[in-house]
Amino acid sequence: MSSPKTERRFVGKSVPRKEGRDKVTGAARYVDDIRFPEMLYGATVRTTSPRGRIKEIIFGENVPWDEFTIVTAKDIPGENYVALILNDQPYLVEEFFNHTEEPVLLLAHEDKFLVEKARRSIRFEIEEFSPVFTIEDSVNKREIIWGEDNVFKSFLVDKGNVDEVWESADVIVEGEYLTGAQEQLYIENNGMIAIANHEDGVTVWGSMQCPYYVHKALIKLFNLPEEKVRVVQTETGGGFGGKEEYPSMIAGHAALLSWKSGRPVKIIYDRAEDMAATTKRHPSHTRHRTAVSRDGKLLGMEIDFTVDGGAYATLSAVVLSRGTIHAAGPYLCPNVRIRSRAVATNAPPHGAFRGFGAPQSIFGLERHMDKIAKTLGLSPEEFRRRNFIQEGQTTATQQVIHEKVDLSGLMDRAFELSGYNEKREKFAEQNKSSRLKKGIGFASFMHGAGFTGSGEKYLESVVGAEATEQGNVRILAASTEIGQGTNTIFGQIASEALGIDYNLIEVAKPDTSNVPNSGPTVASRTCMIVGKLVESAALGLKQTLVGSGFLKDSGYTSEDFSNACRAYIEKHGALKSFSKYQQPEGINWDDEHYRGDAYGAYAWAVYVAEVTVDPTVYEAHVDDFVAVQEVGRVINPVLATGQIEGGVAQGIGYTLYENVVWRDGRMANNQMTNYIIPTSADIPPIRVFFAENPYAYGPAGAKGIGELPMDGAAPAILSAIENATGVSINHIPLVPESLMEELETETI
Amino acid sequence: MSEVNKVEITCAVNGEERVLHAYPMARLLDALREELRLTGTKEGCGEGECGACSVLINGEIVNSCLVPVAQVAGAEIKTIEGIANDQKLHAVQEAFIQHGGAQCGICTPGMVIAAINLLEKTEKPTEAEIRDGLAGNLCRCTGYMKIFEAVVRACQEEDVKV
Ligand code: FES
Ligand code: FES
Repeated sequence: MSSPKTERRFVGKSVPRKEGRDKVTGAARYVDDIRFPEMLYGATVRTTSPRGRIKEIIFGENVPWDEFTIVTAKDIPGENYVALILNDQPYLVEEFFNHTEEPVLLLAHEDKFLVEKARRSIRFEIEEFSPVFTIEDSVNKREIIWGEDNVFKSFLVDKGNVDEVWESADVIVEGEYLTGAQEQLYIENNGMIAIANHEDGVTVWGSMQCPYYVHKALIKLFNLPEEKVRVVQTETGGGFGGKEEYPSMIAGHAALLSWKSGRPVKIIYDRAEDMAATTKRHPSHTRHRTAVSRDGKLLGMEIDFTVDGGAYATLSAVVLSRGTIHAAGPYLCPNVRIRSRAVATNAPPHGAFRGFGAPQSIFGLERHMDKIAKTLGLSPEEFRRRNFIQEGQTTATQQVIHEKVDLSGLMDRAFELSGYNEKREKFAEQNKSSRLKKGIGFASFMHGAGFTGSGEKYLESVVGAEATEQGNVRILAASTEIGQGTNTIFGQIASEALGIDYNLIEVAKPDTSNVPNSGPTVASRTCMIVGKLVESAALGLKQTLVGSGFLKDSGYTSEDFSNACRAYIEKHGALKSFSKYQQPEGINWDDEHYRGDAYGAYAWAVYVAEVTVDPTVYEAHVDDFVAVQEVGRVINPVLATGQIEGGVAQGIGYTLYENVVWRDGRMANNQMTNYIIPTSADIPPIRVFFAENPYAYGPAGAKGIGELPMDGAAPAILSAIENATGVSINHIPLVPESLMEELETETI
Repeated sequence: MSEVNKVEITCAVNGEERVLHAYPMARLLDALREELRLTGTKEGCGEGECGACSVLINGEIVNSCLVPVAQVAGAEIKTIEGIANDQKLHAVQEAFIQHGGAQCGICTPGMVIAAINLLEKTEKPTEAEIRDGLAGNLCRCTGYMKIFEAVVRACQEEDVKV
């Protein structure tokens, strides 16, 4: 058995993923792999135009309609909205609709193919209203499509007095930056199975990130008491934010069909439906106006940041919040004003996607920093170095940074590993005579971990740990494993805290009837916030065992611990311990003025991209990528590196390949054949390095990591393209057609 | 469609003779998943783009979402369920676990099949050959780096034969 010493034995080690074996053998069960006897297949009939009123539903001929279960808004037993923040999105259209993919009708039948045929046969008679498709039209109120002014939410961050800087500034630089939508494109489509009836209530199984979001929504939809609704997460084939809130919709639909038919109902989206109807990353528009001194110091920043939220509020307020707070980046500036807003358009609601607004605002900022440097005649790196935030200085929200932050050091490391300085020189020389243009560029940025401001305090997350009859410790949390390694990390944290073998830790499947609400699996919070609760819940178990005399305080083996668990259970019955989130001392947030400690901790990073641009076919390719970051202590190097690599790859896609083509508010290229994500042939070597600086309030010193890598690729790549071609580009995605446009205008 | 249009198709799946009852144009993917309950083979796109549905037919890799069952009469099919030998994992599977080749795992069965197929054809593939050999299989989680590493490590083990 393992040694009784308490030195770190599992944290910092790349123990293999807990559910790895099931995944490589095909034994892992995703929702579509599950089937119940007598199960029906459900389908969703959706609107086909962006805004209007349904006058009549026309059922097609040659369909045996009497064999179908058909659900409309009239069948809803409780509230007809998806409970989230503003509760403005209906489960089923009653009369008026606001985007092209709104669910109107639900169908179920035991023959999958017949359901599909029936779905296609349904037509609507519609009165069309004039829609709004762009941020500009929405802001200018071309039509009022939501509330009084089309604005879901707005924020104002104000530090110092930016109005006073313009007159005395040596240089003022303005810029405008645009980012497009992006599809999460998890390889497992969304899906749910429901069993719902009056006696037992509602149970759903499915692919999701946040079981308690679904739980809350179903309670309202069916008007049932909490204990009559049960939500179980099945193995989930990727989320990236895309399974944060839409699963509540699908779960509700499957449950309504089951409620009416009295049979289990499965709804699995196909790829086209998943891409067209579910959420994507918010498109954004950022304007910067910046005052700088001749010696390259930031004096004042005025930032205007707008995101397109689509037709309903959903999570836009929160996405906007994160985008707003990250908009001024890791730089010190005495005067900052950030105005931001999320506005409505007649597109399916945009939602969470890794980074949650930050990749958008950081893209604008980092491109703008390059522009200022150029205007001043400084190198982009020198300009950054003169403004990097230091320990003891304040961010745009006036948060004093209490951690040791060394962005200059991270930059040195990233430049050394990528050969940045030599390559800058070498490429400049080569490009003179070569048809292919090479360039290298970088971005420096930070990403806050956990919910914004007071969010974690209101969440009051809880984690449990229980001893099992086999003498193992089982972690009880609603935090989901979606590929990022939750199970494994929790196992490592608990085994480290208890000083027992990693294999003695089990992690319960998230099931609301069995695990407490540890909050949603979002916002890079699972490791840092929930992990800390895992640590204290596990220690609570130990305390009870020691206090009741079953275990020595120290110097025990894993076997001793197991024996103590068994003995305790035999004598007293169950042994459980729960731990609830307590905000660390000294975190203050003023929600009204958007001021104060926005996040408990930040991850800091410098990413370098090297590109080749082929000016004849207008193609840019990333040849090498170096990602250097400080994320506190790394719990599992292989998993952490995998998170960074995956995020960078998504970032490369966001920058160069992934173009959502909109036609009348609908995604026109909703297929994998024409919405292109990077393949193994497109991705460069991604070289990942961690600088470690343990965070006092994280489990074993860890901070958050999941979203950070999404922030840096786009600005780094565009900076490299500028280095290669001399052309500064301010929008993504930069697919060949738009690169052509940019390069052509420049040479005219 | 009615039951009478269904045909009987005999083939070998993971070394066992099986009789499928399906419409001739039904997808092999559905026959495997629904009729034989071999759910390790996944559907990611249904249009031949993602490779999540990869299986081996007579030793050749195919996207089972594009193969009508009628085409597999008499063929030998291997799915992810037939890769491990009892409790002993294939070297590629072992390497995926050890080196972080699987995250969410939904692409993994197809990826493992593709990697094995690659190693069958090229004993010690170069990095370019690995990239090329796996380019038909999309992964959204890993950025592919750990998958490449797993393949490289797997060839360092003996016993890469299917
Ligand atoms: S499901 Fe067959 S290739 Fe995607
Ligand atoms: S591991 Fe998730 S798609 Fe590959």
